[in-house]
Amino acid sequence: MSDTEFDVKKYIRAQFFPQMWCPGCGHGTVMGALLRAIHDLGLDNNDVSVISGIGCSSRISGYLDFNTAHTMHGRALPTATGVKLANPNLKVIVPFGDGDSTAIGGNHFIHACRRNIDITAIVMNNRIYGMTGGQYSPMSGCGVKASTAPYGVPDRSFDLMELAKGAGATFVARTTVYHAKEAQNTIKKAIEHKGFSVVEILSMCPTQFGRKNKAGEAPQMMEWYKDNTVPMGSKKLADNPDLIQRGVFVDEVAPEYCETYQENVIDKVMKKG
Amino acid sequence: MTQNIQFIPGSDACIEGALYAGCDFFAGYPITPSSEVAEGLAAALPKRGGKFIQMEDEIASMACIIGAALAGKKVMTATSGPGFSLKQEGIGYACMTETPCVIANIQRGGPSTGNPTHVAQGDTMQARWGSHGDHSIIAMTASNLQDVFKITVEAFNLAEQYRTPVILMFDEATQHLREKVVIPEPGEIEVIDRIRTKIPVGEQYYPYLTDANGQRPMSDFGAGHRFHVTGLHHNIMGFPDVSPANVDALIHHLVDKIENKANELARYKEYYMDDADYVIVAYGTTTRSAIQAAEDYRNQLGIKVGVLELQTVWPFAGDIVREKCANAKAVIVAEMNMGQIVNEVKRVVAQPEKVFFSNRVDNQIIKPSDIKAALRMITGKGV
Repeated sequence: MSDTEFDVKKYIRAQFFPQMWCPGCGHGTVMGALLRAIHDLGLDNNDVSVISGIGCSSRISGYLDFNTAHTMHGRALPTATGVKLANPNLKVIVPFGDGDSTAIGGNHFIHACRRNIDITAIVMNNRIYGMTGGQYSPMSGCGVKASTAPYGVPDRSFDLMELAKGAGATFVARTTVYHAKEAQNTIKKAIEHKGFSVVEILSMCPTQFGRKNKAGEAPQMMEWYKDNTVPMGSKKLADNPDLIQRGVFVDEVAPEYCETYQENVIDKVMKKG
Repeated sequence: MTQNIQFIPGSDACIEGALYAGCDFFAGYPITPSSEVAEGLAAALPKRGGKFIQMEDEIASMACIIGAALAGKKVMTATSGPGFSLKQEGIGYACMTETPCVIANIQRGGPSTGNPTHVAQGDTMQARWGSHGDHSIIAMTASNLQDVFKITVEAFNLAEQYRTPVILMFDEATQHLREKVVIPEPGEIEVIDRIRTKIPVGEQYYPYLTDANGQRPMSDFGAGHRFHVTGLHHNIMGFPDVSPANVDALIHHLVDKIENKANELARYKEYYMDDADYVIVAYGTTTRSAIQAAEDYRNQLGIKVGVLELQTVWPFAGDIVREKCANAKAVIVAEMNMGQIVNEVKRVVAQPEKVFFSNRVDNQIIKPSDIKAALRMITGKGV
């Protein structure tokens, strides 16, 4: 744990700023929460690897002064799996978007959960494909307007927490960019957790989602998360079951993939000779 | 000292070559006829502290080896047919990020599911051009199992030396063939390791800066240099840079680093070529039948037929093919596809009208009699 004061310059590649996110984008708040969590844990920059996919959110890897890869659309988790299994000493963190993690990378997501490999997945969920012009994602939700759903999205959306839980992730949590301190602490817990951890952070895209859905500017979208989310098990749910729950839904101890491979495969085979 | 002589299938020759070369990480997905390579390495790698992982799909296994390579491992995957199509995205990413890796594509009948258990060479052009965008690639093959071993070692060496994916274009027939293979002692065949940067940790390291020796030394994730890689057009720092001058230099680098070394990268073998009036150009399994056809023509008719076996398929060894075919009355290209390398040969020889084609696409190995039928048409004499 760190007892020094947080200095963002220690963790960013300042020469690559300003970043490319739109004014009012929620992703910068996620980046801030992630870096503060890393600082709180006292991690050495050399020991952290950030692997992202493709999309607005996934540009995060380039801005951070760690071992970083901006990979292929949907392929952040399998790439991260290779990094982690090759060097289990690295703290591997995968920040990526809702489309990246649940659509094109959906299969990789459920199998990373199942393997329980010690990676922290941070889903920066703004419910839209921002970079490509506001098409709907599996997280948009029925009725939402998007450039490919001018009459409203006909699909049902995933509940990412249920998906991660069902697939076997051993740490599953949700928070929002409005609750920045909570996001920082949740990410911290997720990184500390041994095994596959999923943190969904409800983020916002005023440019694409906000305009099409008349959700207002960034402050109004943030307020929406304040008004429409509650801590897990809140009494308010009785009156309004549509409120979105925040909190740690799963925190379990289970065998971690890299350790299992080392102990049950390599060590055993080598002992046999 | 006794030699390590084994009687093994082609898959094992490939596995032994990979282990000899120092492969210490494999990710794969089951597919016929390449699964034996994954099975063998699942057993062999942990015995030496290496890692094997079966991923959820072909795309994931390609991404996984790239991640492991970034963390410093010598990596490999193996696939066939539709799996090779699925891997193209990752192959392009490895080209773009200059990440060393070896992809064994054990060819089977296509297109689509085609015929998983039978032989073909229909992926030759896919190996070269399968991933989108301008790039270059090294692809190699062999026709006997001693060479499968040797070429596999070379594939790892070249991947590390050139910072590129190298594709092994073996096929179902060499995979399932059994032959004697002498496993060389350590040191008998050179094993080339990745060139790593000598820049001290803490000083600025540029992952894509060419040094005075023409090399781009690498670092590993976790080694302290903290570099960035991206599939976007990038500069020497590895950071996105789409300025026209930068993109132009990047694309030229990715292509030139391989195409300008075509002669150095060319691995080929000659059979009866010294006095050949007719040349059969072949690669992979096809070479075996070509040699038989050449011997039959020489022994029974006294017609001087030679065989030029291409072990490096890409980059195409144009200068060598031109030179070796310069005095030929005719050139026959034998392939188990509808014509992929034949047009490359026509493109480089002085008289393309003298290039003929012998093929089979019925999932059967091209036979000496198939090639002899072409020779009969050309020479007017048959055996």
